Amino acid sequence: MYHVISIRDFERSDLDYLLDRAREFDTGGYRPRMLEDKLAALLFFEPSTRTRMSFATAMARLGGRWISVDSVEASSIVKGETLADTIRVMSSYADAIVLRHPKEGAARLASEFASVPVINAGDGAGQHPSQTLLDLYTIRQSMPIDGANVGLLGDLRYGRTAHSLALALSLYGVTLHTIAPGGLEMPANITLELRERGTEVIEHADVEEVIRDLDVLYVTRIQRERFPDSASYYNVASSYRITPDLLAGVKEHMMILHPLPRAGEIDPAVDRTPHARYFEQARNGVPVRMALLHEVMK
Amino acid sequence: MSRRDPSGGLLVSPIRNGTVIDHITAGEALNVLRILGITGSTRECLSIATNVESKRLGKKDIVKVENRELCKEEVDRIALIAPQAKINIIRDYRVVEKKGVKIPKVLKGVVRCPNPGCITNTSEPVESTFEVLEKGLHCLYCDWLIKDDIANYII
Repeated sequence: MYHVISIRDFERSDLDYLLDRAREFDTGGYRPRMLEDKLAALLFFEPSTRTRMSFATAMARLGGRWISVDSVEASSIVKGETLADTIRVMSSYADAIVLRHPKEGAARLASEFASVPVINAGDGAGQHPSQTLLDLYTIRQSMPIDGANVGLLGDLRYGRTAHSLALALSLYGVTLHTIAPGGLEMPANITLELRERGTEVIEHADVEEVIRDLDVLYVTRIQRERFPDSASYYNVASSYRITPDLLAGVKEHMMILHPLPRAGEIDPAVDRTPHARYFEQARNGVPVRMALLHEVMK
Repeated sequence: MSRRDPSGGLLVSPIRNGTVIDHITAGEALNVLRILGITGSTRECLSIATNVESKRLGKKDIVKVENRELCKEEVDRIALIAPQAKINIIRDYRVVEKKGVKIPKVLKGVVRCPNPGCITNTSEPVESTFEVLEKGLHCLYCDWLIKDDIANYII
């Protein structure tokens, strides 16, 4: 059975294959009812807009249907039911399970109890492989991923999308530039793993010192709850804000990505520049998730 | 096994039945007891020697537990903190089995994941699972890496 749990489970060839498939779905190269008789269970035990809606959209575009749980409060989890039991039952209802859960490793556990494929739609501060695929897809739309200079900016400690993406990019011979506020740096074990995989990781104190060398700038949200008070949050957040002035002299093709939602990291005036690609990135969630859903249920 | 002191008496007396754990890394004897669940309130007759001179290790600890033969899971746990340890099973004062400890490739239910957000630290019916790597223990659920103080996390 084909589960999609962690980007660590993927070889470069797996990623390239899925990105090629997503491209086919994106350009209309598919039958509209490919998943006509299939049902996906979308189990979201944490808030989500784009991920949940794009999985639902992907199912609908392929002619399939879905059932969903949209919060812990609306499920038997509040009665003390374990995730393992929920997954066993959902396996008997649906042909695939898409899971978002606040605990790290939840999707791995689900795959052990499920009798249908499980797709990890984000587990705590852990992995978010479908987001990583759409990030890679968006980069590849404009430039070869191989050898790119990629900046990762923001909360690199808790931001799962940055961890997943960094690990995937390590398969493409990129150079990673990390820029994070004190205390929110990339965890040492992930930096070590990236270097063991042969990736050059360069840490920077300031985005300004590196932005002109970048091909891709991946911005993540700095979460307010990580700071002791509002003043210290605003102090840090303002120094990591991308503005049109900051973009003076950057490479013409440099793209800014963000997994969204943003919370002030990117000035809305940047949206009007050709560098802003985050809305296109969000849109790419649909063809990428079509490819994933089709792959696990075909 | 036992070493004579200058007065000619035995530093640690032989046991009739049970287990002698020899060549424990010096200073780890109390952690070995913790792993075996032996506390002040348990009934086992116990002998401990710490910082005993050893040709091989320089200094070593020895633990003797009477009337208890260690099972494989217990031996696996000891291997994590005392990889040089030797387990001797004693019956009627004779060593009937002598084995080294070997760290397995995967540890199930042996080490608690230090990550409070890990799914194995919840009421889910799942055992913690770590793969043993050169750089440390890697949680197969949340990818946490334990590099130091492994003894603190042994269940």
